[in-house]
Amino acid sequence: MIEITHEKINPEIITQATMKDTNGAIVTFLGTTRDSFDGKRVITLEYEAYEKMALQKLNEIINDVKKEYNIDDISISHRIGTVGVGEISLVVAVASPHRLEAFQACNTLVDRLKDVVPIWKKEVYSDGTRWVGSENV
Amino acid sequence: MKLEIILFAIYKERAKASSIYIELMTDSTVGQLISKIKNEYPELAAPETEIVVAVNSEYAEYDLQLNPNDEICLIPPVSGG
Repeated sequence: MIEITHEKINPEIITQATMKDTNGAIVTFLGTTRDSFDGKRVITLEYEAYEKMALQKLNEIINDVKKEYNIDDISISHRIGTVGVGEISLVVAVASPHRLEAFQACNTLVDRLKDVVPIWKKEVYSDGTRWVGSENV
Repeated sequence: MKLEIILFAIYKERAKASSIYIELMTDSTVGQLISKIKNEYPELAAPETEIVVAVNSEYAEYDLQLNPNDEICLIPPVSGG
């Protein structure tokens, strides 16, 4: 299961999508939104995606990670649009026969997602906004 | 050829538009496109900064030749998660 959604994410559904009797471990990562940056209070966050390419890139990195860690079952959901502080913006679930591969594969996937998938996060403060990572663009 | 360039995030905000149009000679490259964008839309990015381009949903090198039907998008630094 791979999705980009405007709705609240239910981590249990994403996790269940990876369940299989041959797997003995599932690692589910939840990315949640922080309430401050550099001492400034974040009121809310806005996510935007180039959905077509984002889904393609998610598929690519999932297939790569499956091969590298010899894993069959990975699910990802990324929320876009307005996401309140403290809410879940990302769920990555990785299932494998043993836990080490699941932990490592999950970490690698989140790293690569943050590196190549065209999704952008804007922090909204009481006195302005900031596109995260675009300070020197 | 007239190309539509799709904008997201900080580029969309700076251009106050979700796409811009650039006129280029046939067989122009991504590098030539970027030079023209920097000339015609100086508000998009500082002259010395690199602009990353995706062509048909793949990150593109600056020597890639463009076709009239390509889907072209400027990709600001990604920050998902």
